[in-house]
This record gives sequence, structure tokens and C-alpha cells, in this order.
Amino acid sequence: MYNRSLLLTHRDNIAAITDDGITVKYGDILDFSDLLYSKIGHRCLIFALCQNRPDSLCAYISFISNRVVPLLLDDSLDKELLFNLIETYKPEYLWIPVSRLHEFSDETVVFSSNEYSLIRLSHEIQFPLHDELALLLTTSGSTGSPKLVRLTYANIEANARSIAEYLAISDSDRPITTMPMNYSFGLSIINSHFLVGATVLLTNKTLMEKEFWAFLKRGEATTMSGVPYTYEILKKLHIFKMEIPSIKYMTQAGGKLNPDLNREFAEWALKSNKRFYVMYGQTEATARMSYLPHQFAISKLGSMGIAIPGGVFSIIDDKNNPVEGAEIVGELVYKGGNVSHGYAECGDDLKKEDENKGILITGDIAKRDSDNFYYIVGRKKRFIKLFGNRVNLDETERLLKNIISDCACTGEDDHMIVYISDISREQEIREYLALKTGINIRGFSIRYIDKIPKNTSGKTIYANLPIR
Amino acid sequence: MTNLEKYNQVFILNFLVKEEQLPGMSLGSVSVWDSVGHMGLIAAMEETFDLTLETDDIIDFSSYENGKQILNKYKIDI
Repeated sequence: MYNRSLLLTHRDNIAAITDDGITVKYGDILDFSDLLYSKIGHRCLIFALCQNRPDSLCAYISFISNRVVPLLLDDSLDKELLFNLIETYKPEYLWIPVSRLHEFSDETVVFSSNEYSLIRLSHEIQFPLHDELALLLTTSGSTGSPKLVRLTYANIEANARSIAEYLAISDSDRPITTMPMNYSFGLSIINSHFLVGATVLLTNKTLMEKEFWAFLKRGEATTMSGVPYTYEILKKLHIFKMEIPSIKYMTQAGGKLNPDLNREFAEWALKSNKRFYVMYGQTEATARMSYLPHQFAISKLGSMGIAIPGGVFSIIDDKNNPVEGAEIVGELVYKGGNVSHGYAECGDDLKKEDENKGILITGDIAKRDSDNFYYIVGRKKRFIKLFGNRVNLDETERLLKNIISDCACTGEDDHMIVYISDISREQEIREYLALKTGINIRGFSIRYIDKIPKNTSGKTIYANLPIR
Repeated sequence: MTNLEKYNQVFILNFLVKEEQLPGMSLGSVSVWDSVGHMGLIAAMEETFDLTLETDDIIDFSSYENGKQILNKYKIDI
């Protein structure tokens, strides 16, 4: 979708405004895109450390429109975890903020823009890329997991079109960024708005900062989005009493919102003439799979809604047979043009064919009601969300093996519990996890256990861990 | 405990830091004081001093020193 004609069509529209007053037109992106690609020159793999800044945004568009395949990473990703990923996938280039240039002092800087540098890396080998592969996103980014989602050009376009359609996005919309662009939800906001030539208000500021709110008002933001934790913060900040008339609607995804909070936001939106959308998705489906039409925000409270335009849900039982009828619980399956080709876990996987064929077994446990609205009731896979970041529990155990011999990770959203048998190391482990993942230390609790319960083949029996 | 001691304790317990680190500490200056940490800090301040902070005060509570002045507005002398 990011091609010359899209950028040319909207060339005079403003694509992005930053909190420090930089204005970027679609035509400027095209110029930047051409310049950056002239330095790269061919289809290859690149790692991009992302910020909500023009150079990061424009480079992403350049990569996609010129068939350079980026892995989008957080700009503050731990150095050791970044080097492990480089070792695994051997990208030919890095696109990094100038502030991290010193970590690559032995490498060649090919080009520098205002805030970013293009670095060429030398490897003995390069891995071939599947022809349709467009973009790589992490599954458990903060743990440095090498498991990536393989997305295609068609995936990006299909999802952007569906989202723009159900939210009725127009070129007069102005979403303000509340999430990093390497996070699939954050990226989906950029893609769906750029498709129609809208303006994104770009900021790295958090909701906790004065500059964020000043920018939201000055920039006349029309849309705000967030994960459940964002909504907890908004409530704490007394958003229900704020004057923010420019906001037309708000969207929520990235985990299930607490029902009371959900009701408060739905009722506030109705009263203040705004739309409120609960949505559901996964990086494995580019971003979005469902939305709850805003008219049903209260009457279908707790539901993640219906499939997005072009998508279809079904529910299967444990023998993989489709479940018909209402209120029967099973695993949620999604079919649509936004379903990724599958995962990559090593460099050789980048040439893999489409393993999903448009069908995603989501790993989420769901049911539908008699009106065909869907509800998530549980999760099959071993991961939790910490303040919106998907964190794989097995990956976390692997990470902790670097400093302790054994542990078991479990927990619920916004609260991971690590069982260990040496309680003297509690603080050290919490600090290590916070440091490596970049997630606030509050997300991690340590519990003492005599012995981690194991079966005969040495696997942890999570069901035998003490009940919290 | 004096108000200053109570105030310092909230920081020390929330951010797991030592008292001598407090002067000059601000939102973002240490990794634990991010938006998640800030919410925890504000909740703990409200509980300790039995008050509800206004939006602007929550946002302005962006450093160890600023916080003292904000609590002064709520008649808490530190």
C-alpha cells in the first residue's frame, strides 16, 4: 500500500506533526523515502529502532514502499538482547537513533539524517527473504525473544483498509500517538490513517507529561487509543472531568479492560458525545481482528465485538471441530487477509512459505452470544500482558536462566509471579527483569517455593504451584 | 513521623531507592519512575496524606522537589 502513488495522491496533505512543531507532508515522506533507499539500493533485511519521530516514521514508509524488510524494535531495547537478535537474523543494515551510535563504533555509517543513522553491518552470510515478506514484528519484544511474526504487503494493506472502514477514518482525522510504532497496535493506527491521507500527531511523551496534554489540545487530536493500563491512567487523571472537545472517539485493545472501567468509559463517551470502541487483535493478524461497534458499547459490555470487515470468526472444540450455537466455549479461530504467514525463529525461516493460509488459531478461549458477538474468556498460550506488553512466560524463564538455576513464571495481566527456591535473591531478580525488559518493576512479584513442581520428564507442572 | 519522613518513605518504598538519591529525582530520571511508577507514586501519596490530587497536580508532580510544593497546596507542609 505504501507506494509512490499513495504518497503522490496526498503529497500536499500533512502526514505528521510533532510535539516540537515539525510538520511533515506526504510529499516530504516521498523525498525522504527516495533518498534513504538510494543509500540502501536493494531488497534486504534491516533492523529499525523506533521512536515516534519523523525520521523513524518516514524510514518505515521508505522500507515498505521500496521492499526493504524491517524488523521494528523499541529504541530502548537492551543492548545485549539487540545483539542477540542481530546475531540470529544478520540484518544488512540498522536504522538507529544517533544517541545509540556509540554502541556500533566499529561499523560503517552510510548515511545520517537529523536524528537517525544508517549503519551497514558485515556478515559472512545473508538469509534469503520470501518474496511477499514485508515486515517483521516481535511477539515478546521486551524479553528479546527471537520469535518474530512474518507479515506481508497484502497483510498490511488488508488490515489498514478494514480498520479505516469500520472506524470511518477520513483525512481530517488526527490521532495522537500513545504507543510506540514498533508495537502492532501503534503501527496499525499509522497504517490505517496514512491510507487515507490523514495527519498523525507524533509524540514520545507519556500521558503523565504536561506536554502531552498541551500537544493534544494544540494539535486538536480527534482520536486517542490505548491498552487497558492506559485507561487506568486516564481515569486516575480524572479524564471524566476534562475538557477535550476535539476528541471524537477512543479505541481500546491490547488486553481485556476491567468491566467496571469499561462501563465507566462507555457511559462517559455516550454522555460526552464521543465514540468508544473496544477491539481485539494480535500481531499474528497484523493487528486487528475485531471491534465492538460503538452503539453496542454498553449493551454488549464485555464483548470484543464482531470480526472486522473482511474477517470471519469461528470457534473450535478440543478436537478441532467447529462449535455451532451460542454460549459454548472453545478456541477462537480467525480467517482473513491480515493473517500473517507465520513465525520466524531463525534466519532460515525468513524464506518460509505461508504456513497459516489466512487462518489463525488464536490461542484465545472464547464464546459467542445469540447475536453473534464474541467474548474472550481465557487464554491457552503461556503469555501475559504487562502494561500492554506481551510477555511470554517461557521466554521469561529462559531469560532468568542467565542468573538463576530454576524458576517458574506465571501470573495474570499486569502482574507476573516468579516462583523461586532461594528467596534471598528476590530483589535481584525483580531488578534484573525490570532492567532487561524495560517494564516497570511493579509488574513482577517473587514467591518462595521449596521445590518447583516437575513431572518425570522435568517439565514444570504449573497447576501444582501454590494458589495465590 | 514528620511529613518529610512520610513523604520520603513513599518514594523509598515505591521506587526502591535510598534517601540520599531523592534530591533531584524526577519522572524519567530513573527507570522505575516511568508512567507505571508514577501512578503508583501518586496512589501512595494520596493514601499516605489522605487526599485526592487534581489532574494538573498529578502531572506537575514530576520531581521530588515539585511534589513538596504541590502537597503544600493541599495544606500539607513538608
